[in-house]
Amino acid sequence: MQELTITRHNALIDPLLSIWSWQIPVYLFLGGLVAGIMIISGYFVLQGQYKKNVFSCFYLPHIALVLLSGGMGALFLDLEHKLYFWRLFTTFQVTAPMSWGSWLLMIVYPALWVNTLIRIPERYQGKVPIFDRWSAALNARPVLIKNIGIANMLLGTLLGMYTGVLLSSFGARPLWNSAMLWMLFLVSGLSAAAAFVHLITTDEYERELLAKADNAFLTLELFVFGGFITGLLTNSRVHKDAVHLLLDGPFAPYFWVLVIGMGVLLPLAIQLLAVNHKIKHTALAPLLVLAGGLALRFVIVFAGQFSRWS
Amino acid sequence: MARFGMAIDTVRCVGCMDCVVACKTENSVPEGFNRDWITTEVTGTFPTTHLEIRSERCNHCDDPPCVSCCPTGASHVHDLGAVVLVDADKCIGCKGCVASCPYGARFIHPDGYADKCTFCIHRVEQGLLPACVAVCPTHCMHFGDLDDPNSDVSTLLASRRHHVLLPDAGTKPRIYYLT
Repeated sequence: MQELTITRHNALIDPLLSIWSWQIPVYLFLGGLVAGIMIISGYFVLQGQYKKNVFSCFYLPHIALVLLSGGMGALFLDLEHKLYFWRLFTTFQVTAPMSWGSWLLMIVYPALWVNTLIRIPERYQGKVPIFDRWSAALNARPVLIKNIGIANMLLGTLLGMYTGVLLSSFGARPLWNSAMLWMLFLVSGLSAAAAFVHLITTDEYERELLAKADNAFLTLELFVFGGFITGLLTNSRVHKDAVHLLLDGPFAPYFWVLVIGMGVLLPLAIQLLAVNHKIKHTALAPLLVLAGGLALRFVIVFAGQFSRWS
Repeated sequence: MARFGMAIDTVRCVGCMDCVVACKTENSVPEGFNRDWITTEVTGTFPTTHLEIRSERCNHCDDPPCVSCCPTGASHVHDLGAVVLVDADKCIGCKGCVASCPYGARFIHPDGYADKCTFCIHRVEQGLLPACVAVCPTHCMHFGDLDDPNSDVSTLLASRRHHVLLPDAGTKPRIYYLT
């Protein structure tokens, strides 16, 4: 028998840690989605698709800027000492992933912005003459455009990794303390971005391509889930206890039904039928993927706070 | 550089909570929050049970995860005694340090910054003992330099059985419990 009686009852700490609410999962989801969008958009730029009137090159960087700002807004809402936000940019703490992330975002914004200048959509042309001049200058240098594509892919990968590394660096929370978490969030971000393009593109080629890519990402995500779970199950007692929160504990219904069932397996089945021309493409599968990606962040953030050393 | 730590005699501690009240009074800890607290642990099977009463607080770890994860440097190790402190003017309230502490020793002050035990550094700088140690009616709490072999805490640790909390978490805590 072990019976503990503790007189402490600090808000948000006791009886179980609950410091992060909806803002952090939303921030991590939007960060992952933008990371995936940057990789996909960068890939299309690299392939020279920006010369055609295809969706990815024309609008994705613009949408990513809005989504990223939404994520940053959610993060800002979570801060308890909001007026001191600027302190993040007065220092660089080499051991703090959050510090790396803050500075990474300072590079991601201009990379996305330059990406928007490669092709300014027709209805916006002439509105800001200097942007048109810069766009013309960029288009006169194809090698530079390729480098912008590469930079977007690279920074997107780092951003997607960062959303996982941020959590996995907390050794006091055994569920997050996995070397597979960055991979899980990166693949999930790619899958969400592919689903997002699939959902809103009007280009038939792009829809088909992204649906196929999403199927590959979803399949890969299942393997990464396997690695994540196996890694924790074969670890120390506290890590085993932590992963059981997802497998058969209080978070199991959300994990199995929302994340694995409706977020991965069902859309994968629908999209496999669609790309094999058994059924038509509908909005259902990409919507499920996006909802599943958001549910994954909620489940991991909330369950992770419940996991602890004891 | 000194390395401050505590040795708390669990055989003498009666869980009176004088240390808790002294800390709240000395440091104006807001209502509903505690920088230190009492844990009572009962282990074993009746009739061979064992009772341990502990006065707990921030462990001022030698390898503090709250410091390494802080994105602004607000959480830092002070020059005097390697005490782990928070600079409220640098803290953005991201709560990363709260998540990183395996002991649950930190909380968010109602004014928005992370807060925790400071070993009463303002008193120690004047040559006084931390408030909790000074008021303990059973003299079960001992404070001093762990790197000084002649200090009160070092001699106790050399002569008594002791343990720390959650040693497997790898943070190298500096609060020792004498058994």
